Amino acid sequence: MNTIHIPRCDCSEPNSEQKDGKGLARTLFLGSAGLALWWIIYSRLDPASRFLTYDLFGLSRDSHLGDTVQFFIFEVPKVMMLLTLIVFIVGIIRSFFTQERTRRYLAGKRESAGNVMAALLGIVTPFCSCSAVPLFLGFVQAGVPLGVTFSFLIAAPMVNEIALVLLYGLLGWKVAAIYLTSGLIIAMVAGWIIGRLHLDGWIEDWVREMRAGEAVVMEEKLTWADRIERGRIAVRDIVGKVWIYVVAGIGVGAAIHGYVPEDFMAAIMGKDAWWSVPAAVLVGIPMYSNAAGIVPIVEALLGKGAALGTVLAFMMSVIALSLPEMVILRKVLKPKLIAVFIAVVGSGILFTGFLFNMLF
Amino acid sequence: MKIVICGPGCASCEKVKKTVEQAVQDRGIDATVEKETDFAEMARMGIFSTPAVVIDGEVKCVGRAPERSEVDKWLS
Repeated sequence: MNTIHIPRCDCSEPNSEQKDGKGLARTLFLGSAGLALWWIIYSRLDPASRFLTYDLFGLSRDSHLGDTVQFFIFEVPKVMMLLTLIVFIVGIIRSFFTQERTRRYLAGKRESAGNVMAALLGIVTPFCSCSAVPLFLGFVQAGVPLGVTFSFLIAAPMVNEIALVLLYGLLGWKVAAIYLTSGLIIAMVAGWIIGRLHLDGWIEDWVREMRAGEAVVMEEKLTWADRIERGRIAVRDIVGKVWIYVVAGIGVGAAIHGYVPEDFMAAIMGKDAWWSVPAAVLVGIPMYSNAAGIVPIVEALLGKGAALGTVLAFMMSVIALSLPEMVILRKVLKPKLIAVFIAVVGSGILFTGFLFNMLF
Repeated sequence: MKIVICGPGCASCEKVKKTVEQAVQDRGIDATVEKETDFAEMARMGIFSTPAVVIDGEVKCVGRAPERSEVDKWLS
């Protein structure tokens, strides 16, 4: 595909070299000071929440209410602080990866290597599910193989920084790493299988007949100041949008934490209930939530005896197989292809669920 | 001046439309602001990621929501 290169999008403030050099030193200084302050506050959150709950409010250490309140006071600032830091850093990283650049990388790739790369790029490329269709059209136009495109479309919403931060903050690095790895593997393998099935005929006809214009590529020359500004904007937009879900999710999580008896979930979401994994996947498909809302609830379920595999399967199904995204993709894919997509990804999630129920 | 906002109508596209409309109003510019939701039409213009802003046929921004200050610069 031919591309028009626009030398410079006048989206960013012009910065002279000298000003940028000086600014960088200042930014680095402020950045390290800010990070140190962040760490000091972050490491004091647990004792502070205990002090507030048990000493200041005078709640009993063994009471349900005390448990609930301390959980809430500790988790909300902790998760919000982690989220802010990571969204800021990822916002800066994302300024290096645009969808146009990702498309160009993938256009020349063959399958296999292409699937791996597409899944990895899915983590860092800015993506929202409402831009899935134009992205799909762009990939088709650029000659990116169908299976490689699917690897990207599976990984991009499922493996994202918000899900990983929340899993790390609430459940520890092991669960976050398991989620990251299995999410990537599902995206790679499912995309590869869809590619092997040669389903290009199941793309809507108008897409293949479409006469597309030359892709507009905004080649921005961003300074570090611009990239940091992008990080700030990401924090404002993303944290500003998801904080309410985080607070609500932790609120529900706190209530479950304090009031639901231990092992309450063991019978229906425990290891011994094999059927709970497919049930979790099925229940998850029509549910549409972002990671911010679902992880605190997942944390509480795990604490009450639900099995890790079942809970992971539920979370992946909610995020990766969402009904609204299917409706959007229906514009470019025939129903048969959407059915194959759900079946292949759903099987991958099932497999992951059973695997981790067996291992842990 | 003819301004077209490309996007299927999700939250971020709506936000861009509001930003642009506000800017047009504040600056008292004689401009029409339209929405383009047809993906085939966007593809014809070479737009493969949304939201995008097109002013008098020239693509100003693709794949992200512009800040108000950027919109002001395009309009001046």
